[in-house]
Amino acid sequence: MTEPILAEHHPLDDLIRADRMPHIWCPGCGIGIAMRCYAQGILDSGLPVKDHVVVSGIGCSGRVAGYMNLDSYHTTHGRAIPFAMGIKLAKPELMVTVFSGDGDLVAIGGNHLIHAARRNIDVKVICINNFNFGMTGGQFGPTTPRGAIATTAPYGNFELPFNLPYLLAAAGANYIARWTTLHARQLKKSILEAFSKPGFTFIEVLAPCPIGFGKSNNINDGLEEMELYRDRCVMARQGEMNPEELEIDLREDKPILIGKFIDRDRPPFHPFMKGQS
Amino acid sequence: MRVFDRQPLNIDKVHIPRGQVFLIPDRCKGCELCIHFCPEGVLETSSGMNVKGYHYPTIVSGKENSCIHCEFCALICSEFAIFTLAIPETTNGG
Repeated sequence: MTEPILAEHHPLDDLIRADRMPHIWCPGCGIGIAMRCYAQGILDSGLPVKDHVVVSGIGCSGRVAGYMNLDSYHTTHGRAIPFAMGIKLAKPELMVTVFSGDGDLVAIGGNHLIHAARRNIDVKVICINNFNFGMTGGQFGPTTPRGAIATTAPYGNFELPFNLPYLLAAAGANYIARWTTLHARQLKKSILEAFSKPGFTFIEVLAPCPIGFGKSNNINDGLEEMELYRDRCVMARQGEMNPEELEIDLREDKPILIGKFIDRDRPPFHPFMKGQS
Repeated sequence: MRVFDRQPLNIDKVHIPRGQVFLIPDRCKGCELCIHFCPEGVLETSSGMNVKGYHYPTIVSGKENSCIHCEFCALICSEFAIFTLAIPETTNGG
């Protein structure tokens, strides 16, 4: 017996829309790994599935709302957080998760992101960072490292990227972590922690984008980018945030800091519960 | 049975779990993450193809009983295509 046993159903098939599998993501893409961690987190959270809502914007990561078998909203580009905020205000008992990409949350929805963090609304944000606009063909965006090649930056990107954990820490989020798709166990644990944390939580997930970002930057496939994460990732000490160390440059031989950066208890936003903070 | 240089004190109490790999071949896209990151090297690329022409993983001959049910293949499978289930312990787990 050298063959694995062939199966019809995956244990998480109740939480995903199995009839829509295989999904559209490229071979080696990391979004599916993050989605699996999220699905496992829902199972382990102890909350019934009907209390979970996932909101996505546009882009590859935005497809998650279509693939999860729970109440899901596939919203307009960049506006996932305002939709999530509306859901949370109407039904505060729901666990609202925004699962979207960097192009959606940080580029077009950047203002919503920082203001949601400033208000500290009780929304859990999982942001897939693949350093480019993957779905539209690998254009550079606000998270593309300086010097990286993209289809719209053939001589290298001239701009400096956002430093997402630092930005969100300054904006006021309650919980900030960064993991890669290789750190799936830690990511799942982090998602569980975010579920139990009132207020705005932000988890940045570095994901390989072999077709959009990798092939023009000498990262040949998803496997190679995962190996790069394994070589370079360094656990950060909680509470210590040095903005220069937090920057990511995949091409230079520089460590990538991962881990939980911020875990604090600022009062969450709830305009209908005055005085209860 | 594993051979140790020095016998751990709790060798009788520790049981290494055993797992069985399950696969949904038609979901596989051949990214080979499960093959590369399996800590026991249980998986390899098969010569067979699924309906979309990707080579899905298969078990290395001779390592049929090497899976330790760490579930890492399932964790990093982007496609929900592979998973392991624990084999209930029978006589000797080690």
